[in-house]
Amino acid sequence: MSAVAVEGVWKFYGDFPALRDVRLEAGAGSCLALIGRNGAGKTTLLRIMAGFSRPGRGQVRIFGNSPRETATRRQMGFIGHGIAVYDELSALENLTLFGRLYGLAEPRRSALEWLERTGLERVRDGLVREFSRGMRQRLAVARAFLHNPGVLLLDEPFTALDDRAIAVLQRLLAEALAAGKTIVMSTHQLREALELASHVALLNRGQVAFHGPCTPEMAADPGLVYARYGEGG
Amino acid sequence: MSFLRQVLVITSKDLRAELRTKEAVNAALAFALVILLLFSFAFDPSAETTRDIAGGLLWIVFAFAGVLVLNRSFVRELPNDCLDALIAAPIPGAALFLGKVLANYVLVLAVELVSLPVFGVFYNVPWTSRFWQLMLVVALGTWGLTVIGTVFSALTVNIRLREVMLPMLIYPIMIPALMGAMQLTSDLVVGKPIGAENVAWLKMLVGFDVIYTAVSLLLVETVLVG
Amino acid sequence: MRELRDNVIYILGAAAMVLLARNIYLIARLPGEMQQGAIFKIIFFHVPVAATAMTASVVSLAASVLFLVTRNFKYDALAVASTEVGLAFLAANLVTGSIWARVIWGVWWAWDVRLTSALVCWLLYAGYLILRQAIEEPTQRATFAAIFSIFAFIDVPIVYLSIRLFRTQHPGPVFFTSQGSFPHDWSMILMWNMFAMMMLAAVLILLRLREEDAQREIDSLRRMAHAF
Repeated sequence: MSAVAVEGVWKFYGDFPALRDVRLEAGAGSCLALIGRNGAGKTTLLRIMAGFSRPGRGQVRIFGNSPRETATRRQMGFIGHGIAVYDELSALENLTLFGRLYGLAEPRRSALEWLERTGLERVRDGLVREFSRGMRQRLAVARAFLHNPGVLLLDEPFTALDDRAIAVLQRLLAEALAAGKTIVMSTHQLREALELASHVALLNRGQVAFHGPCTPEMAADPGLVYARYGEGG
Repeated sequence: MSFLRQVLVITSKDLRAELRTKEAVNAALAFALVILLLFSFAFDPSAETTRDIAGGLLWIVFAFAGVLVLNRSFVRELPNDCLDALIAAPIPGAALFLGKVLANYVLVLAVELVSLPVFGVFYNVPWTSRFWQLMLVVALGTWGLTVIGTVFSALTVNIRLREVMLPMLIYPIMIPALMGAMQLTSDLVVGKPIGAENVAWLKMLVGFDVIYTAVSLLLVETVLVG
Repeated sequence: MRELRDNVIYILGAAAMVLLARNIYLIARLPGEMQQGAIFKIIFFHVPVAATAMTASVVSLAASVLFLVTRNFKYDALAVASTEVGLAFLAANLVTGSIWARVIWGVWWAWDVRLTSALVCWLLYAGYLILRQAIEEPTQRATFAAIFSIFAFIDVPIVYLSIRLFRTQHPGPVFFTSQGSFPHDWSMILMWNMFAMMMLAAVLILLRLREEDAQREIDSLRRMAHAF
């Protein structure tokens, strides 16, 4: 049983198919890089995987279950375009809140631990509203990793990160992979992603144009997959 | 974690965030006081006839000011995509919904309880004479308003012209509850207790609250996830 | 399928016109009612349009629930079509009631129980249509409209009971009481006009469904053109 299985997913906006018969898999401990042009359907697919919207046909299975089930959601971490933390609360309050929502045994302790691991321990009582961009992004990462999820779904996580945040995220992702977690990550930043990725899937106009292991030549030349399997230049 | 505790986590989160900025409560309170003032120009507060309708006026104030608070309920989750994080969290949609309903209930009730003495002063009515019965009516009416307002706040959070849509959808649905609350309050603020004829309104309010709470709980998951 | 629907529209439409013409002829020939005069004949339209509007709202509810269960857009199309047509018939009910009130009571609006309830329903269903206009994405629009439709439909009996309760405490004029006896042949004509109105409503709903189909196709073509 794979950690993440996308089984014949279609997504319609009205009658328009944004995703067409998408079949993908990610085994435990693997890192799947989801690449494709803007409008190809990467965000749509990730949001369906995360359980934010319903597929028109087909289904997604996380560890064999629907992502909408409560037990499954406890195993999932998501980073989208927004940082998903509250501006009016402090960093510590935010993480403690999510710790409680995820049913952690000691929410405050876990929150403090993750503030340290993302380098935010000194601003723990500062309101997020006053944080710099990089600090906000690191807090978003802390929120996603806080409850030690088995599956991480990341939507263009490296976009608009500063260097420090990129370093933190890469380190955390590498540690997670080493610990056997599964990562599905959509990205435009091929270089950073392909360093970590064990598999690659190219999405083109809502369909999977390529899905396979990430070879050394792909990691060396990120444009290769587009050139070989994508459309046009 | 038990359902109740999950609800309370959401409620305390909302209340803490709101009390830090006090944006919605201040605006709602100011709005309520202004409307009360405007009404006292339109309807002479010293006239005997006004006293008969004073209860009705009060609920118009509550409904209008309340919507300001209710609008914020899901809108506050939009910045930074926090709504995604809440939907992704392993709590039932019903817990998220009830948590917000409770937080809104506290805030709207606070606005109402501050408006009441002001109303009593402006309209010179002995509003404390049937205090506990009045509190019962306020509690029931506000619950109906809050439940409907929170569901529709979730429904309208992502759509165009949200600030206009929300009141436009809430008020027609609320008509029976508002009618009942107005009838009961008109009597109670002038000192008449809830009599045999008015008990029907009380039952209607309770029925309204129960039915719509149940319907909202059933449908909230569809509203949140689609 | 489409030709079948078009044929049904033409046949039903023609039948409705014929029936209406016959009914109007018969109604015009009836003697005036004793207490209220010729204006009482407005009841032959006032009641049937109300009944048709109520039927349309039940159809709309059923369609909304079916959409939520099956996610099939044809139910969404039916929901919006029957709500729109119901709205129009409800408006006709309000207008005929208003005319009647003007002639009999001298006021354009009297807060009669049924008319006031009809007004609230009209507001609810207008709200449904305005909500639809505010949502662009078709699936979200259909889902949220269906949810509101359920809330609105549940409210209808509650509204009616509340207004009736209000009226028992604050009595007012009541329209169309069954004080005078309603002769049998009049009842027959009322039934026939009920039938005619329902047919008319069905024709209008089918026409609207046709329009909705075309609109959906345009929407999806537009999306396809813009996406790439």
